Amino acid sequence: MKNEAILQTRDLTMRFGGLTAVKDFNIAVPRGGMVGLIGPNGAGKTTCFNMITGFYSPTGGQVVFEGRDITGAAPHEVCKAGIARTFQNIRLFANETALQNVMIGAHLRQQTTWWHALLSLPGCLREEKALRAKALHLLEIVGLADHGHEKATSLPYGAQRRLEIARALATEPAFLLLDEPAAGMNPQETEHLMAFIRSIREQFKLSILLIEHDMKVVMGICEQIWVLDYGETIAVGSPEEIRSDAGVIEAYLGKESAANA
Amino acid sequence: MNRANATLLNLAAVGCLAVFLWAAGRHLDGYKVQIINLIAVNIILALSLNLIYGFTGLFSLGHAGFMAIGAYVCAMLVLSPAQKEMLFILEPPIWPFSVVQAPFFVAVLLGGLGAAAFGVLIGFPVLRLGGDYLGIATLGFAEIIRVLANNLPRVTNGALGLKGIPAYANLWWNYAWCLLTLYCIVKLVRSNFGNALMAIRDDEVAAKSMGINVFKYKMISFTLGAFFAGVGGALLGNLLTTIDPKMFLFVLTFNVLMIVVTGGLGSLTGTVLAGIVITVLLEWLRFVENPISFGGYEIPGIPGMRMVVFSLVLLMIILFRREGIMGMREFSWKGFLRFFGRGGGAR
Ligand SMILES: Nc1ncnc2c1ncn2[C@@H]1O[C@H](COP(=O)(O)OP(=O)(O)OP(=O)(O)O)[C@@H](O)[C@H]1O
Ligand SMILES: [Mg+2]
Repeated sequence: MKNEAILQTRDLTMRFGGLTAVKDFNIAVPRGGMVGLIGPNGAGKTTCFNMITGFYSPTGGQVVFEGRDITGAAPHEVCKAGIARTFQNIRLFANETALQNVMIGAHLRQQTTWWHALLSLPGCLREEKALRAKALHLLEIVGLADHGHEKATSLPYGAQRRLEIARALATEPAFLLLDEPAAGMNPQETEHLMAFIRSIREQFKLSILLIEHDMKVVMGICEQIWVLDYGETIAVGSPEEIRSDAGVIEAYLGKESAANA
Repeated sequence: MNRANATLLNLAAVGCLAVFLWAAGRHLDGYKVQIINLIAVNIILALSLNLIYGFTGLFSLGHAGFMAIGAYVCAMLVLSPAQKEMLFILEPPIWPFSVVQAPFFVAVLLGGLGAAAFGVLIGFPVLRLGGDYLGIATLGFAEIIRVLANNLPRVTNGALGLKGIPAYANLWWNYAWCLLTLYCIVKLVRSNFGNALMAIRDDEVAAKSMGINVFKYKMISFTLGAFFAGVGGALLGNLLTTIDPKMFLFVLTFNVLMIVVTGGLGSLTGTVLAGIVITVLLEWLRFVENPISFGGYEIPGIPGMRMVVFSLVLLMIILFRREGIMGMREFSWKGFLRFFGRGGGAR
């Protein structure tokens, strides 16, 4: 099937009491595609991520991944199915080293388990050695090869963001959700990040959905953009179409440029 | 430091311990030997709680309950049917305890397995609770076990307790179990499975997003902890040769918790060190509970005083050195040799 969507949502809705955070959200991410989700603060973007990844059970609608309905599945099942994510406010394992953080990601695909480790079975030692090598390789890819033995939270901010991505990649996802990966980065770091996201997409054959406030990033790397405002989808289209959409300019860009003026 | 060298050094350390135990058994008086025995048991108990609380972040206060189960199962199995018939004066013991007797090792193992079975049983409802609620629920569990021990005369001989348990738990047994516990828990927490447990402790949400089945992993850690707590309880009961429900009050859990917190949550080295220090101090501080004559004055002993002292010490640790003796650091031969190399080296 050509143009088959790897991830699709149907009328996804999330209500918190009286507040409708997301209403009738429909998105289709093509396999291998890079898609953006934008909108003003509180528009419901992170809520969409939380519904897709199983952290929230949607109050209505469906999430379909690789043709399978995964609505309401637990977060660890969603991850096992092949969806990995990062968090808007970085969530690394604070007491662990960078290498351990990535190895924890790799644990999902590990065959041997606790009692193999308890008995020091050779198969287990071999597998953990391989996992360590895999984790080191991922650290190298995100440019943290020399920082494997540092505590995750002692790394500079940009490095923590990249470590979070390395950790997500260790779960061997087919689909990656990035929640504001460029937040808090300077323009130069952002530039690097864009190149980096492009390269991992090629290397790992990923489909990517990203939330981003930085318009330069979204417009620069996304092929298609969904725009949310107060939980409603107000526009869908290519970067050019979104740039010139009157509703979007009013809801989002307009406000921003007004604020900047 | 390669693996073969480290293994050699570990074996050498075990050898030293064996020599020490042999010498202690020959030359020290019964009271001191008893304290050395208690150290091993307390280390087992504290290691198991550290696995649950320090490494997995599950604030469990149910240790006294697991210990009681281990102690009763083990005692009922090592006592001979005839001895049990003598002990149970009100009602006869329940089948199969009325007819079976097991060797000590098997009895301790089954004590641990009994505690683990209860770990699974209560883990299912309570491990879905977070933080403080888990503490309260497990505390309630331990109390229920104690009340049951009081009210199931055919299993536990009720408030009378079990007396004259044959004292098999000598230095060798206690330290063999202690080393086995240490070995198992070191293997676990150093493996990638251990990393996953620590991930749950550090950030449960992120752990879930990494595909970790958080509930299942909590269950495994809690059950393994319960198993070793049961083993510790079995050895303790055997060491004291008498058990009754009053023995398994909350203060027992508190002592174990104190060792874990003092040593450092998430440090096995710290647990071992604190296990030694606190066991010795707990005994040594008994003097503050005895009357002291001081320059002609008679100061009456205050019962419970040492627990006051210990509670204050625990408070101090929590206020001023929350990471305990070791923080999350661990002993390694490499670090050990480097330390002494630097100290003794001519540079
Ligand atoms: N668990 C929750 N309970 C109640 N309300 C929630 C919850 N999660 C999100 N909301 C609300 O839903 C709305 C959308 O929040 P969301 O975090 O999805 O916005 P966002 O688009 O990610 O914003 P930002 O750009 O600031 O990250 C907000 O009004 C928020 O307060
Ligand atoms: Mg958000």
